[in-house]
Amino acid sequence: MRSSLVLSPRDLEFLLHEWLQVETLTKRERYAEHSRETFDAVLELAEQIATEQFAPHNRKADENEPHVVDGKVVLIPEVAAALRVFAEAGMTAAALPEELGGLQLPAVVNQAVHVWFQAANIGTSAYPFLTMANANLLVAHATPEQVQTYVPPMAEGRWFGTMALSEPQAGSSLADITTRAVPQDDGSYRLTGNKMWISAGDHELTENIVHLVLAKAPGGPAGVKGISLFIVPKFLVREDGSLGERNDVVLAGLNHKMGYRGTTNTLLNFGEGVHTPGGQPGAVGFLVGEQHRGLTYMFHMMNEARIGVGMGATGLGYTGYLHALDYARDRTQGRPLTGKDPATPPVPIIEHPDVRRMLLAGKSYVEGGLALGLYCARLVDEERTAEDEAERQRAHLLLEMLTPIAKSWPSQWCLAADDLAIQVHGGYGYTRDYPVEQFYRDNRLNPIHEGTHGVQALDLLGRKVVMSGGAGLSLLGETIAATTARAAGTQWADLGEQLDGLVQQLGAVTATLWGQGDPQVALANASVYLEAAGHVVVGWLWLEQALATEGRDGDFYTGKRQAARYFQHWELPKVGPQLALLASLDTTVLEMRSDWF
Amino acid sequence: MNIVVLVKQVPDSGSERKLDPSDNTVARATADNVINEMDEYAIEEALTVKEAQGGEVTVLTVGPDTATDAIRKALSMGADKAVHVSDPAIHGSCAVQTSAVIAAALSQLEYDLVLCGAESTDGQVSVMPALLSERLGIPQLSGARKLTIEGSMAKIERQTDGGYWEVEAPLPAIVSTWDTINEPRYPSFKGIMAAKKKPVETKTLADLGIDASTVGLATATSKVVDFAGRPPKGEGVKVADEGDGADKLVGYLAAQKIV
Ligand SMILES: Cc1cc2nc3c(=O)[nH]c(=O)nc-3n(C[C@H](O)[C@H](O)[C@H](O)COP(=O)(O)OP(=O)(O)OC[C@H]3O[C@@H](n4cnc5c(N)ncnc54)[C@H](O)[C@@H]3O)c2cc1C
Ligand SMILES: Cc1cc2nc3c(=O)[nH]c(=O)nc-3n(C[C@H](O)[C@H](O)[C@H](O)COP(=O)(O)OP(=O)(O)OC[C@H]3O[C@@H](n4cnc5c(N)ncnc54)[C@H](O)[C@@H]3O)c2cc1C
Repeated sequence: MRSSLVLSPRDLEFLLHEWLQVETLTKRERYAEHSRETFDAVLELAEQIATEQFAPHNRKADENEPHVVDGKVVLIPEVAAALRVFAEAGMTAAALPEELGGLQLPAVVNQAVHVWFQAANIGTSAYPFLTMANANLLVAHATPEQVQTYVPPMAEGRWFGTMALSEPQAGSSLADITTRAVPQDDGSYRLTGNKMWISAGDHELTENIVHLVLAKAPGGPAGVKGISLFIVPKFLVREDGSLGERNDVVLAGLNHKMGYRGTTNTLLNFGEGVHTPGGQPGAVGFLVGEQHRGLTYMFHMMNEARIGVGMGATGLGYTGYLHALDYARDRTQGRPLTGKDPATPPVPIIEHPDVRRMLLAGKSYVEGGLALGLYCARLVDEERTAEDEAERQRAHLLLEMLTPIAKSWPSQWCLAADDLAIQVHGGYGYTRDYPVEQFYRDNRLNPIHEGTHGVQALDLLGRKVVMSGGAGLSLLGETIAATTARAAGTQWADLGEQLDGLVQQLGAVTATLWGQGDPQVALANASVYLEAAGHVVVGWLWLEQALATEGRDGDFYTGKRQAARYFQHWELPKVGPQLALLASLDTTVLEMRSDWF
Repeated sequence: MNIVVLVKQVPDSGSERKLDPSDNTVARATADNVINEMDEYAIEEALTVKEAQGGEVTVLTVGPDTATDAIRKALSMGADKAVHVSDPAIHGSCAVQTSAVIAAALSQLEYDLVLCGAESTDGQVSVMPALLSERLGIPQLSGARKLTIEGSMAKIERQTDGGYWEVEAPLPAIVSTWDTINEPRYPSFKGIMAAKKKPVETKTLADLGIDASTVGLATATSKVVDFAGRPPKGEGVKVADEGDGADKLVGYLAAQKIV
């Protein structure tokens, strides 16, 4: 099979078909038009466009940050060119329903398509991905007229979209946003306030930009229950779909970032009177759904968006790992312990066990991360299209449980894979002549946005494992147990037993944390809980992969099995001490005071 | 305007390619097979002509069953239908034999224009347009970097080392294209879905009225009798710099007639 430094087509094929049996989805009505053939063709096209149009300007976009000339954002021209090809190929609309110009591609195949672009060039791919998240939210919650006005131009790639939640003073705590929305007689609203960190918030790539903005309308309760969601287009849209007046939302400045530099990141001012649509200042906004329910709508779309962030982290880790592997086979340095004679030629560094350790760790992280993201995307499909209601509910509950892990685990460990990729490159990895340092910088965003690592930890331990009386955690336990039962009697029985033990401990620790009565104590060490649970989940998915290789020979399968053993022997033992720390209800961190530092 | 594009599936020139040592033919089963790169330009040209003048684009492929991948790709780029000639007896055929098969298949189709790539990356013989021209009794315009259709005439700029010739011929004609002629489009997701429903007609030698004993390795007009890999790279020349390193390097390059 062809090889690539962007991603492994062979691994994708294994995960999608040999493991997840994605072709069985074509038996469902929604996906009936699809087949193995169309899935393969779509993925091959994604690989081709990612490789030919996205990867080549990844470095150039990093070195030429967006800047502003006469109030307009300037980007290198390759970004627009690549995005035109992306849109013309119909990628933006792929997962949308047919009546909106989409192809009803299953979520799992769509995520596999996306990861090609994320791995090839995360900065350029962010524009359409934000647009898709925006369009998905509108399809789920906006009126048919709103959908008709805004979604088709986004699906065609003529307009891009944003998600404008954060403010300078309110990032993790959206309850504290201060952007106001005042209702007008005609049913629209006028918005005033500032939004910080808005990715793709301004550019000249498309004729219009559709901002989805969280703001507070009068009369709502304080906190998150008083937040509403608005469509605020950069240019107002006339009845016939043509562009009208310039709306009162303007670029206040660009942020200068460590990575993801090809994506503009903006501070936007709403309603400062720079433009006066309809003769008066104030950004014109249109309410989505009901007042005060904005955050609920946002979170509804969060599951897929968060899997997407995890997949981005995986893609960046994966390409870093492949570059390191390629380098390690080529770079010669030193001699093996058994042949130190300086007269013999030096060996490729992959001959040194310590280098293989780094590569194996990287392999277990990135292939584990890819398995996790695709498994969750498959759950999105189950949630939407499984035969009976109970199965859809199960998929929904399991997905809720796994989402913080799908977002955070790759953000931590696939970033670690990029760190290792630099290490494998030695001094060269630390220079800008090799791409691995950029992969690392790009990937460093992922533990921060879409809910920080700390926030995901609170979500998992504070909300997900206790929801519906702990049903989510029980379901995860049952699902893992079904896999370990299949492992019994195979060469993987020991891994199965190890996982059974860890799942049981995780349940016990959860009971201890919530049984002692003080939520502060329970949640103080939540990030350790998130890490431990993440490793258990990925350990389980390594067992799944190992079982899917049973009875198959060849380097690819042997390599999978070796990586599963690596995860079992080197990674899973890290979980025990973490669970022990949690079980001890340690308060060292909780008791520490600002003054004592 | 009915256009037939000849499309061949070949081992990807970007990955490892091998000959099968049992019969010295191209090892297709183990290769990573793709559409012959130059043929994508012929497909693009066919689609461009069709978009300007109307008509239908048919893809014609002679190759094993796995060549359907190449056909699907051409259809997903926008071709309307395909004919796939597949018969185990064809295995190992030389260019002359293959041209007989293609000519027979073309004779069963209506065409005003036949387009093909100027060479395939596996055989690299570049003689197919000439062979077909002879067999079908139609003019060939080979090695085009530009094609214009005016009424019943086809006019090309024939690419040469130093520039180009302008050559024309009445239709029907066969035109082969270089990669300078256009920029092939990518397929689209919609095109991929549409390709599933486009007709692909499979034909055997019997359907074409060809006696199986006239094709295939046994009766090929030329055969690969032996092959060897490129010799491994030599040690190279080491130049020790004793203050005169630059002179030695220049001397070496001059001796190799590089400078
Ligand atoms: C490159 C980039 C792109 C972005 N794109 C967008 C976008 O398109 N749209 C958008 O709306 N936002 C976007 N963001 C904003 C992003 O979502 C926020 O940065 C993130 O939510 C964190 O908020 P903050 O930066 O204000 O950090 P803070 O909330 O100030 O957090 C600082 C630290 O404190 C911790 N912390 C905060 N509160 C708690 C708590 N209650 N418990 C425990 N720990 C806590 C955090 O985990 C973090 O480590 C982007 C950010 C960046 C850097
Ligand atoms: C910013 C910077 C400043 C520097 N400054 C100086 C300086 O002032 N003076 C100076 O002399 N040098 C300097 N160096 C060079 C630095 O010491 C080397 O980069 C370092 O020793 C690694 O060597 P290398 O880059 O050739 O990597 P390599 O030796 O090629 O190593 C690549 C990878 O292979 C592994 N590896 C190699 N051999 C073995 C082995 N036998 N067993 C196990 N693993 C192995 C390494 O651990 C590494 O992970 C600098 C480097 C940088 C990046």
